[in-house]
Amino acid sequence: MTVQAHELTKDYKFGFHDVDVSVFRTEKGISPEVVAAISDHKQEPAWMLKFRLKALEHFFKRPMPNWGADLSGINFDNIYYYIKPVDEMGRSWDDVPDSIRNTFDRLGIPAAEQKFLAGVSAQYDSEVVYHSIRDDLSKLGVLFSDCDTGLREHEELFKRYFGTVIPPNDNKFAALNSAVWSGGSFVYVPKGVRVDIPLQAYFRINSDNMGQFERTLIIADEGSYVHYIEGCTAPTYSNDSLHAAVVEIIAEKGAHVRYTTIQNWSDNVYNLVTKRAIAKEDATIEWIDGNLGSKVTMKYPSIYLMGERAHGEVLSAAFAGNGQHQDAGSKCIHVAPNTTSNVVSRSISKGTGRTSYRGHIRVLPKATNVKANVRCDALLLDEESRSDTYPYMDIENPDVTFGHEASVSKVGEDQIFYLQSRGIDEVQATALIVNGFFEPFVKELPMEYAVELNRLLALSMEGSIG
Amino acid sequence: MSEIAEQARVVAATNAAGAPPTAELHVDGLRVSVEGKPILDGVDLRVPVGQVHVLMGPNGSGKSTLAYSLMGHPKYQVTGGAASFDGQDLLALTPDRRAKLGLFLSFQNPIAIPGVTTVNFLRAALRAQGKELPAREFIARLGEEMTALRMDASFRSRYINDGFSGGEKKRAETLQLAMLEPRLAILDEPDSGLDVDALRIVADGVLRIMEKSEGRMGVLLITHYYRILENLTPDRVHIMHQGRIVDSGGPELAHLIEREGYDPYTTATSPPGTEVSRP
Ligand SMILES: Nc1ncnc2c1ncn2[C@@H]1O[C@H](COP(=O)(O)OP(=O)(O)OP(=O)(O)O)[C@@H](O)[C@H]1O
Ligand SMILES: [Mg+2]
Repeated sequence: MTVQAHELTKDYKFGFHDVDVSVFRTEKGISPEVVAAISDHKQEPAWMLKFRLKALEHFFKRPMPNWGADLSGINFDNIYYYIKPVDEMGRSWDDVPDSIRNTFDRLGIPAAEQKFLAGVSAQYDSEVVYHSIRDDLSKLGVLFSDCDTGLREHEELFKRYFGTVIPPNDNKFAALNSAVWSGGSFVYVPKGVRVDIPLQAYFRINSDNMGQFERTLIIADEGSYVHYIEGCTAPTYSNDSLHAAVVEIIAEKGAHVRYTTIQNWSDNVYNLVTKRAIAKEDATIEWIDGNLGSKVTMKYPSIYLMGERAHGEVLSAAFAGNGQHQDAGSKCIHVAPNTTSNVVSRSISKGTGRTSYRGHIRVLPKATNVKANVRCDALLLDEESRSDTYPYMDIENPDVTFGHEASVSKVGEDQIFYLQSRGIDEVQATALIVNGFFEPFVKELPMEYAVELNRLLALSMEGSIG
Repeated sequence: MSEIAEQARVVAATNAAGAPPTAELHVDGLRVSVEGKPILDGVDLRVPVGQVHVLMGPNGSGKSTLAYSLMGHPKYQVTGGAASFDGQDLLALTPDRRAKLGLFLSFQNPIAIPGVTTVNFLRAALRAQGKELPAREFIARLGEEMTALRMDASFRSRYINDGFSGGEKKRAETLQLAMLEPRLAILDEPDSGLDVDALRIVADGVLRIMEKSEGRMGVLLITHYYRILENLTPDRVHIMHQGRIVDSGGPELAHLIEREGYDPYTTATSPPGTEVSRP
């Protein structure tokens, strides 16, 4: 066991942390006082404080989920719920303190920004420390900021949508996020505007015993397009950290939103995230959801197909190494007629790693002529590893075309041998097979991310075989 | 003995053409079990680089087992004997190290690797063997070899062996042979399941690769059919039966099998009452 744990930390190249330069933090633990302190520190309007305190009540009232992954390791009293790293958000990387800027340099964010991004947001613990958007996009009226700025500067728009997709009482962790949320992204794309290259948010936890509760609200107005990408890493600590985000997306008539996640938290992070999108008439939502890191992930990106001909896609890939549990999946709720959804899930377990696919397809009585398709495949790398599938279906309208396929397979000795017979060693051979298995996912990523993902996977393979 | 004279002539001819002193595959008394069941019962074989040796024998006689064992499949347990190539002990090496030494196995039933395109697979293999080509040159070479094997360009981006027909798999194996340029190619029934035209294309392909290697490649060809030998004249033909090489000779031995089958061997070596199936 010790050898395996050692291998994991060795493989994780983002496990470093900076010295603490934070300017403010709340007391450890959660209480109405802590919530009020956060709201006060942010100088929020009264309605937001009220919203937060109400959410906190829900959080206290709701029991821990008795399904999914083992969450018994979470100690809510031993967490900092708000840590403010800097006084002011930077508009230029020069404004960001050296130690923090170095971290983002090491993560390659400024370089990526110059090469292929339309806007960047970098969150460090509880606040966004750097933010930028291309001038031409802001001239077109595209808004991209942290969520706090969204509330401050566009309160009316913000209030119209905030909390409408995921109400605070949706689940325990959405309630917690609603009570203590900070940072995240606020995106608004005006009617007919196509943001042709991606916006990226980068989430970094630096402090020990940290809870990160970013909140993201994306509004794509009629006929618009946006691709939003998020990446996440954290230092490796012996104490656990908690990441409980809420992401709400509204795609208005004919809008198209693609949301890509490459989650690579260190293996001491509980990643419990609620993500949900609403697709109106002729709108398209795509969740491209990659889970490589964390100790435990519970995340089921959902799509409510509210308008006719709305289309939803969930394409997910999960990798669970030693000690990891990736409990992921998707929900597609067909409310309107002629709506379509397609779910493709690929997961890989290695060693004591465990993946679960939890999928829910629901077709409401009024939703005629629905097409829904689910395909999930799991690959086991050895005897020990484990994978489970939990499909749930509520079909309340018989006029539906529904397909569901699932498979679990092992990396075959014969496949490895075949590759070896061409001179490829066992580690590389396994990495090739794993990459091949993730190919349907990887090919949807922008090239730079595809390369990075393949490299990360190759790293996770090393030292694990033979 | 005319066949020995013939062999000597071939070796002399290759040496005269300036080939380096020949590396050889040596198999001595090789015994192999699968899941505890003995299959190979002391195989002796020598295949020098620059020659084509043919291995024939009834179904289940152990030909593929020999091929897998030489390449190092973990399921095939060597319980005795020795195998070396170019003086190096093969049995001590992992399959990838054997490939780097110059061995290649064209599989009787190649397996699919979903998600790994033929082009990426070949590039990874060449890189692993230290034979990487500059991208443009690689694509050009691949194009040429595919044209020669009459493979549609779309196969480049198809996942290796995934959904390939039987004949397409054989061509893809031959393509890999052409690209990897091994020193010893073990071809396990490269001709089975091929239509007449495909058979000629694959046979011509192997011959071309052989010629291109200018005596630097040896071939151990496992086959049931005489037809492929019309293109590829063997230096030696070996007959395997019940896990042993029971006869060796020149090309005429293949003719003999074509005409008479394996009866002379099966009746001579099996205990009475054991029926060995005929190809
Ligand atoms: N992986 C395996 N598991 C169990 N038995 C095996 C395995 N591989 C080979 N054998 C057995 O070993 C014997 C020899 O098989 P092998 O495949 O080497 O024959 P072959 O000479 O190649 O036959 P063919 O001409 O039909 O290809 C057979 O009885 C076969 O069933
Ligand atoms: Mg065989």
